[in-house]
Amino acid sequence: MTTDRRYPETVSGPFEVPPVAFVDREERDIEIRPHDGSETEYEALVEMYTAFDPSDRAQGIPPGKEERVRTWLDGILADDCLNVIAWDGEIAAGHSTLVPDGDDDYELAIFVLQDYQQAGIGTHLIESLLGYGDEHGISKVWLTVERWNHPAVSLYEKVGFETTGAESFELEMAIRIDEDDN
Amino acid sequence: MKVLLGFGGSQASLEALERTVDRAVAAGDELTVALAETEGASHDELADRVEDAAEGTGLSVDLREIEGNHGSELVALAESEGFDELVLGSNTTSPMGKITLNKTAEFVLLNSHVTVTLVR
Repeated sequence: MTTDRRYPETVSGPFEVPPVAFVDREERDIEIRPHDGSETEYEALVEMYTAFDPSDRAQGIPPGKEERVRTWLDGILADDCLNVIAWDGEIAAGHSTLVPDGDDDYELAIFVLQDYQQAGIGTHLIESLLGYGDEHGISKVWLTVERWNHPAVSLYEKVGFETTGAESFELEMAIRIDEDDN
Repeated sequence: MKVLLGFGGSQASLEALERTVDRAVAAGDELTVALAETEGASHDELADRVEDAAEGTGLSVDLREIEGNHGSELVALAESEGFDELVLGSNTTSPMGKITLNKTAEFVLLNSHVTVTLVR
């Protein structure tokens, strides 16, 4: 991606660091933990994404077919990525991920299964991912979001993301979670 | 049908080229390829690739060279010469796998009055 991305001057955070346990607005016990690399967690994510409502797809992800979901997950669960998962018992209810962009910065995405939306899970999921990222020495994170997706934009703004690019179809937003040398 | 393909030599545009040639042969389309020079490929190199793709198909492809802003050049060419369809390859994704549109594809989609096909 481009190397001329802008980031806010102000450092956001500190954020909570996973594991994080809480009761959501539907009285469910939710726990957010970093991905442990196990087959069991991988399969739970496959199940979450194959059940994902296509209307909540963003710019083509998650992909629609199980085979493509697996290929996509293989990429974003690689060793150089950071992943946290929100669990309702054995069910993967949400997932957020940081993927390196080849420029020392990271692209973020977050997905919450439809039945678990609007229950406060997204906020914990994104904050704990940023906390986890900070712990791993990441300082700058960006994302793109469809400009009509107001709930997502509000969530990103709430945690400290600022709009850094508005000239494309999608909004680009960025956050600084630690000082860096630049 | 009179089809205009924008071709800049990227992987996506190569796939679009192959597909558009196949379709033109099958449907009897009249194909023009607009060669959009990039840092990676000169007009001559692009022309060679188009000739390779069309070789053996019996299809005669009209070649044009475009300069400057590729998006606006493509739209202007498609509209001024009565093309029925404008075809582009576009499969760029972010590190995360999100589908993104390059500047040319975005300009063409927003501005073209001619029907646009994006090949993924």
